[in-house]
Amino acid sequence: MTVIEARGLRKAFGKTIALDDVNLRVDEGRILGLIGPNGAGKSTALNAILGLTEYQGELRVLGRDPWDERDQLMRDVCFIADVAVLPRWMRVSQALDYVGGVHPRFDRAKAEGFLAKTDIKRTSKIRELSKGMVTQLHVALVMAIDARLLVLDEPTIGLDILYRKQFYDSLLNDYFDRTRTIVVTTHQVEDVQHVLTDLMFINRGRIVLDCSMEEFESRYLEVAMHPERLAAARALKPIHERQVLGRSILLFDRVDRGQLAALGDVRAPSIADLFVALMGNQTGEAQGAAR
Amino acid sequence: MNTQSNAGPDSLLDSRAIPPAAVSPTRPLYWSVRRELWENRSIYVAPLAIAAVYLLSFAISVIWLPNNMREVWMPHTMREMAALKVTDSLVGLAMPYTHAAMLIGLIAFLVGIFYSLEALHGERRDRSILFWKSLPVSDLTTVLSKAAIPLVVLPLIVFAVTVVLQQIMRLLSIAVLVMNGGGAATLWNRLPLAEMELVTLYGTAVIVLWHAPIYCWFLLVSGWARRAVFLWAVVPWLAIAAMENIAFHTSFLGSMLYGRLSGFTEAAFDLTDKNGVAIDPHFIPLEQLAPGRFLSSPSLWVGLIFAGVCFAAAVRLRRYREPL
Repeated sequence: MTVIEARGLRKAFGKTIALDDVNLRVDEGRILGLIGPNGAGKSTALNAILGLTEYQGELRVLGRDPWDERDQLMRDVCFIADVAVLPRWMRVSQALDYVGGVHPRFDRAKAEGFLAKTDIKRTSKIRELSKGMVTQLHVALVMAIDARLLVLDEPTIGLDILYRKQFYDSLLNDYFDRTRTIVVTTHQVEDVQHVLTDLMFINRGRIVLDCSMEEFESRYLEVAMHPERLAAARALKPIHERQVLGRSILLFDRVDRGQLAALGDVRAPSIADLFVALMGNQTGEAQGAAR
Repeated sequence: MNTQSNAGPDSLLDSRAIPPAAVSPTRPLYWSVRRELWENRSIYVAPLAIAAVYLLSFAISVIWLPNNMREVWMPHTMREMAALKVTDSLVGLAMPYTHAAMLIGLIAFLVGIFYSLEALHGERRDRSILFWKSLPVSDLTTVLSKAAIPLVVLPLIVFAVTVVLQQIMRLLSIAVLVMNGGGAATLWNRLPLAEMELVTLYGTAVIVLWHAPIYCWFLLVSGWARRAVFLWAVVPWLAIAAMENIAFHTSFLGSMLYGRLSGFTEAAFDLTDKNGVAIDPHFIPLEQLAPGRFLSSPSLWVGLIFAGVCFAAAVRLRRYREPL
């Protein structure tokens, strides 16, 4: 079943084109990572999917038009924009009461169960919680909602590595169940590499790469070259070349693994490496996503 | 609440087959209004606090009451009695009760103004609008819940607090009079508190209908302005009024604005009695209420239409709003 389908999605802010004829399709049960440099159009795309911004073109989320039917769509869609959006004046117990009051698919006992594993007190105000605790609370609220699509826009920004790990662990273990779909944007690509089922690179409002992780793993290979084989390797048209500690690392697209093994040490590239390769070739400036 | 508390993955899957629980459309509205009360406790704290302060001052002042009662209600000679007009002494008795109602009404007006200026601005400033919009609550419900605070909740609070305060004031007065040996029965019989409460109810409804365009305009500006909401809400009107005054030497807008603030007394009450004598606004008898005249006043309806337009625009605008 298709959860998100966009055709010719376009959005401009004045003369800046944030989304330029984007086509995308996300099926049920996928975890899609939307990766791109700052200002690439990731958040605009998510905002369009969530009914937070107007757009041109055709977009259906769970069969609905998000701009016209946001409130109904939100019964089946959850999103975490980033850690800073929970109202600071609210008490934890009030947040539970309110979401329980307005959301027909919220399971309060489940949320309480998640919170029981944390140090968050029911009586605390959100402003009194640490940044990591606010995320834990938001995650507890969202995971207790039986939604079909979860959208995460930089969910772990500003969090330390422990919280980030915990975040993705509970996402996979306690939430994801093959009938749900998750779309996540993040700059911290190393965190999500083993979480995603699908990968999409976006730059300057256009989709640059759209593949499953299986495809990513079979298509792209990175080789740390034996220096004397460099010329032979270059003849195979690597898509990117870089130097690490005096050694050339070449990235290949759709080149036979056996052939490459003769040239140097073959390994799977990280998402960040591929990102730099593709974005670097495209624009020459791709610091945004690769850290 | 939900029955899924011990649900494993299997029952999660099962639950998907069940159609989404039907939610009555008023449930999100109810919770959204509660949410507003959680966030803005001044909505009820301010009227209660001013009532408490007023009650304290009144409690101190009732020390003088036995003396006053003797002067007003127990004239020693027939001549003195003849010299006193009943309504005058009634006004004297009613005055602190009327003042209490007016003061609470004024505080509620101020709370309502500041609330409306903040209502659709604060959620953008602190980015929480993204959280609210991630829940299945429509923009209409959200704006309705925010408009309901000055238009429904505050008037109810004003009325309830006023009635309770006035009853306590009367009990206190009677207690003091009983202890001082006289006048309690007179006070009980003469002070038409039930009638005054009906007038308070009428007055509260009149004022909120009359002020509805102010609240809705402020609500709209709070959803529109990026900063300095109060200035955007007020300065354009004053500027146009000043321009009109300088350019044409007229003050239509100025008097219209003034009328919008205080014109409800003229529109809704008959302030002269049947003999053409002006009545003291500290005690307005029931027969001086003019609901027919009020409801047929064009100013009221022009104001309500303006309020409706502002409300609709605020709902529409919220759809496009993002964090500041």
